[in-house]
Amino acid sequence: MLKKTATALGLGFGLALAMSSTALAGGTVKVGLILPLSGQFADTGAQIERGVKLYMQEHGDEAAGKKIELVVKDTGGPNPDVAKRLAQELVVRDKADIIAGFGLTPEALGAASVATEAKKLMVDMNAATSVVTEKSPYIVRTSMTIPQVNYAFGKWAAEQGIKHAYTIVADYGPGHDAEKSFAKGFEEKGGKIVGADHSPVANPDFSAYVQRIKAANPEAVYIFIPGGAQPAAIGKALAEKGLTPPDTKILAQGELTLPEALQSMGQTAKGIITAFHYTLERDDPLNKKFVAAYEKANNGRAPDFFSVGGYDGMHLIYAALEKTKGDASGDALVAAAKGMSWESPRGPISIDPETRDIVQNVYIREVKEVDGKLQNVIIDTIKDVKDPLHGAK
Amino acid sequence: MIGNLIVVLFDGFAFGMLLFVLSVGLSVTLGLMNFTNLAHCAFGMLGGYCVVVAMRSLDMPFLLALPLAFIIAALVSVAFERTIFRRLYRAGELNQVLLTIGLVFVAAASFAYFFGTGQQPIVLPDYLQGSVEIGTLRFGAYRIFLVVMALLIAGLLVVGLEHTRFGARIRAAVDNQRVAQGLGLDVDSIFAVTFALGSGLAGLGGALAIEIVGLDPSFGFHYLVYVLIVVAVGGLGSIGGSFVAAALLGIFDVTGKFFVPDIGAFLIYLFMVVLLFVRPLGLFGKR
Amino acid sequence: MRTERAISGPAATWLKKRNRISTVEIAFWLTTLLPFVLFPSYLSLASQIAIAALFALSVDLVLGYAGIITLGHAMFFGLGAYAAAVLAKHGWGEPLTGLLAAALIAGVAGFVTSFIIVRVQHLALIMITLGLGLLTYELANSFSSITGGTDGLSVEIWPVLGIFDFDLWGYTAYGYALAALFIGVLAARRIVNSSFGLALTGIRENSARMPAIGSVYRVHLQKIYVISASMAGVAGALLAETTGTVSLDTLSFQRSADVVVMLILGGTGRLYGGIIGAIIFLVARDRLSDLNPQYWYFWIGLLLMAIVLVMPGGVLGGLARLFQRNAK
Repeated sequence: MLKKTATALGLGFGLALAMSSTALAGGTVKVGLILPLSGQFADTGAQIERGVKLYMQEHGDEAAGKKIELVVKDTGGPNPDVAKRLAQELVVRDKADIIAGFGLTPEALGAASVATEAKKLMVDMNAATSVVTEKSPYIVRTSMTIPQVNYAFGKWAAEQGIKHAYTIVADYGPGHDAEKSFAKGFEEKGGKIVGADHSPVANPDFSAYVQRIKAANPEAVYIFIPGGAQPAAIGKALAEKGLTPPDTKILAQGELTLPEALQSMGQTAKGIITAFHYTLERDDPLNKKFVAAYEKANNGRAPDFFSVGGYDGMHLIYAALEKTKGDASGDALVAAAKGMSWESPRGPISIDPETRDIVQNVYIREVKEVDGKLQNVIIDTIKDVKDPLHGAK
Repeated sequence: MIGNLIVVLFDGFAFGMLLFVLSVGLSVTLGLMNFTNLAHCAFGMLGGYCVVVAMRSLDMPFLLALPLAFIIAALVSVAFERTIFRRLYRAGELNQVLLTIGLVFVAAASFAYFFGTGQQPIVLPDYLQGSVEIGTLRFGAYRIFLVVMALLIAGLLVVGLEHTRFGARIRAAVDNQRVAQGLGLDVDSIFAVTFALGSGLAGLGGALAIEIVGLDPSFGFHYLVYVLIVVAVGGLGSIGGSFVAAALLGIFDVTGKFFVPDIGAFLIYLFMVVLLFVRPLGLFGKR
Repeated sequence: MRTERAISGPAATWLKKRNRISTVEIAFWLTTLLPFVLFPSYLSLASQIAIAALFALSVDLVLGYAGIITLGHAMFFGLGAYAAAVLAKHGWGEPLTGLLAAALIAGVAGFVTSFIIVRVQHLALIMITLGLGLLTYELANSFSSITGGTDGLSVEIWPVLGIFDFDLWGYTAYGYALAALFIGVLAARRIVNSSFGLALTGIRENSARMPAIGSVYRVHLQKIYVISASMAGVAGALLAETTGTVSLDTLSFQRSADVVVMLILGGTGRLYGGIIGAIIFLVARDRLSDLNPQYWYFWIGLLLMAIVLVMPGGVLGGLARLFQRNAK
């Protein structure tokens, strides 16, 4: 009896799959967008969605003669179980052809098996742990990886003659990745890490950690913390204790100097050096146009690296569809995406054909006052950086 | 080393004072009125957004925006108290939990809708930025301000609740509603005013917190745990208890993180669990 | 159950009567089979509802029946989830033994913490459960070599009974979770309708009095706490197995709070309250977030507030009152 039911279920499943592939032949391609749109990471999801929508607004809702239809789902994350269920539902109920979004690494990992099983293209528009793209042959990433930015940054910092650095990172996966890759790059070029602290992920007050740094009195401090409330909090704690450039060099991944954080840190932020793959103020016609359109569409809110991840993710989908002449099957789209390269608001980017991961410039920026406004001004560019961890293990 | 220790103790104390202002109002509503108000931090969030709007759109100075945060949070909370909360004073804590959690959801969604999900930075006046140097030690100017504010609030509350006629009325009304009513006290309005006071203080706390912990629509959930910890450790209904508990928690958390940074995330919870196991009524709780 | 001493006479008949399965219950369980035929594309949602319902049932045992208000039960849920996932990570992906391991680990954790739990009451009790839950969360974050830290673990789970593979639609996931929930309810109703269950209710109503009539109330409380912890662990393991992933959020305060909300929503101390609450909360959440992915929780909030104001005591409490009034 049991076996019979199992076979019947299998049959039903097969039929449904067959039906879903005939639905494909119609004129639409459905893109399921899985994002954290509520809860503590709501802003991440909202910015990615705005990036996606802006691309569709600029380029119309047609690619290769197919109508592109967006289905947006909220995980309330971090919730890998919900992300996986949403991915399943998108495939079986909404008959989505492509799943995309993924604001957080655990959610991308949760949904990866669905992409493999259903053979659907999965576009990672944010989740930044190296390993994500290795979890399914159908995953392509359009955001960044933490080692990509920070390994290059570590090398750069040592090459500038910085000898000793103290690192402080948020105590979770991405923080540990950042700490390791920065230290690796820094030490390879002769730098020395003189202290390493981990602050709790939901740390409201940084005074204790900053006081530790002050007691060690290092030449430079390297910081990695998630966006949100923490950049301003640690920035202000540093200033309060007098740990500001040029006396102490402050190095960080770009989150530290996002516009809201700069506004709240004020003049004390001047001289902070950050590395990032997207710079709002980068002087480039494409970027200027992108920023203006984005602010216009969103009530003055500026785009950030989340937005550009969503925007480029959508470009990848459109361009891949054009290349496959509208064939939305996962295998065709992944094949089309491999090796693709284009000019993004963040600069030239491409998809590594071997790892399906993004290759892009890492910009080194310094906070300076331009026309009375604090900005991240690019002082150096490291070209075509790949994630250093893929294939390293 | 001694210098480090002094600064760390001060930072911890100042952080504790922020916790105090955020939570003392809950100590009043939960401890005195016996109403489990999990939406306490939602009123704090309201105060925070009031300051943001006042400073940005109305160009109000920070110090003037603070009382505004208090007043608006108090007024809005009275509106809720009169229409909804009062129906549940005798409905048991579980119903109160469900209702106020519902309110937190509604508040978070509303603020996200009107202000977006991003951080809302404010720019403080110059005299509250940077630090004050005493000898070789540096103390954050804003932290000094926080400590002064907290001491002021604690003083006013203790005097107000324990040494004035109005305070005596509140205590009488919450101790025994029936008798108080029999004696001609208007218990209804006393409850409303007490509730307004509690939520107003939350609003003020939310406003003061922006500079240290930031402000976004998840504030109402995020700081609920801290606030509950302070109230439980201090003991229900005890203003002095909340003050001591907040100070101890702040100091323990910050010094702990300074000396043993690796267990930074555990400290505050460990402190609470051990303390409540030894003293289930909290430091100064009576029942 | 050892505590169930052989009792006879009218008390025994009364207990037996309470233990009888009603037609409403049979109808309810038949309805739970409908998604297989009517809404196959909602099966993965249905499986997560069944899991949340089992979790809520475990909380009902301590909260509704023994009066222990907990804001940290995700601790056991998460431990169970990690137990199953870590086992699978190390090459043993058999689901049923995974559930057993989860029940065992969560039960042991429940036993250890029960010594603290039964010694405190009221706000201190709530806060200690909360604190222990948060400490467990931080521990799991620290031991990232075992737990995978924030990234969590993704694991390979073998077919249930060696036959039913976890499919994309969720047929297996729902069947598996539903069976577990059914067994959980059977076990729970046996417990609450035994003399042990009555003793618990007595403790909830008046904890000072029970020792006076010779009830060893702390031991009773510890026992139900351990049972509840195991059940929560099984629920966690079900989630890990049906999704093939586990991460820190299984241990989070959010999960502890959500389950209590579901339980109060449905009605405490009624066995089916958690199930009804889980269905209402998660279906409403799914539908509302589909309509409005950004601000759905506004409507959820309104729903919760409305239910408290219209039906204090939860949906089942409200219905019970309605029936009583009509019967009069």
